[in-house]
Amino acid sequence: MARMKFICDAERCIECNGCVTACKNEHEVPWGVNRRRVVTLNDGVPGERSISVACMHCSDAPCMAVCPVNCFYRTEEGVVLHDKDVCIGCGYCSYACPFGAPQFPSAGTFGVRGKMDKCTFCAGGPEANGSQAEFEKYGRNRLAEGKLPACAEMCSTKALLAGDGDVVADIFRNRVVQRGKGAEVWGWGTAYGSKTDAKGAKS
Amino acid sequence: MSSLKRMAGLVSALFLMAGLAACGDKAQELAGQPKFDAAPYTGTGVQVFTTSDWKAGDKNSWALQLKTRAQYGQNDHTRSN
Repeated sequence: MARMKFICDAERCIECNGCVTACKNEHEVPWGVNRRRVVTLNDGVPGERSISVACMHCSDAPCMAVCPVNCFYRTEEGVVLHDKDVCIGCGYCSYACPFGAPQFPSAGTFGVRGKMDKCTFCAGGPEANGSQAEFEKYGRNRLAEGKLPACAEMCSTKALLAGDGDVVADIFRNRVVQRGKGAEVWGWGTAYGSKTDAKGAKS
Repeated sequence: MSSLKRMAGLVSALFLMAGLAACGDKAQELAGQPKFDAAPYTGTGVQVFTTSDWKAGDKNSWALQLKTRAQYGQNDHTRSN
C-alpha cells in the first residue's frame, strides 16, 4: 500500500461545505474547531474555484519538524498523527503548517489554549482502536473500520478524493483525461450557453 | 612552599568539583514520546461499525477493502461507463 492522500478536484468542488459538516459530525469536533475548511478563490467572480483543505499528511511534515515536545508521529500508511497527552499547545505547528491545519480549541476562558487538534485522516490516534478515549481525543477511527475518511465519502460531487495515493491519483487522472476542457466538459453548454454560428449550427 | 601546595590542592579540588557538577543535572531528553498506536488493519473490535468485507488482522484484505471502497465510492467513471 502506498501513502494515504487527499486530492481535491477544483473543477468539481461546489463549495457546499458537506465535507466540513461530515467531519464535524463524525468526530464531534468542538465549536470553533474546523479540521477541514473550504477555501474559495475569486469568490463571486465567474470562474471562481473552491477547494477543500485540511491536514495534507505531508511526507516531510513541517509541524513534525518544529514540535518542541516531539508529539507527532507518522503511521505506516503515511498518516501524520499526534499524541494529545504529549502536546503542550504551544502553537509552533500552526505557524509551520502551510495549510492552517492545526486548530486550538479554547477550552477555558480568555485565551487559554487547548491541545492542538487536526485532521487524523479518520485514523484516530494513540489510544486503543475504537476505544472511547480515542473517540473523545481524536475522533472516530474509520480506517480501522475498513472505511475511508468521512469527508471524501460524503462529498456529493466526488470532488474530494481520499485513500491510497496510487488509487486516488488513477481516479483523478482518468477523470481529467475523460472530461476534456472548456466546452468539451459535460454540462458546459447548459451552464454557459452554446455559441451558434451563421448556419445555425451549435458548437 | 606549603602555601603553594595548599594553593595547588585548592585548585585541584575546584577542578574536581567542577567536574562533578554535571552529575547533579537532570536528564534533558524529551519527556514524552507518542504512545504506541495499533495499526488500522488490526480493526477496532466493534463489529457494528466495521465493514464486513475484510478480516481484522489481515493486512492484505484490509488494503484490498480500502481500494475496492475507493473505486466503488469515488470513481464515478467506472460506475457510469
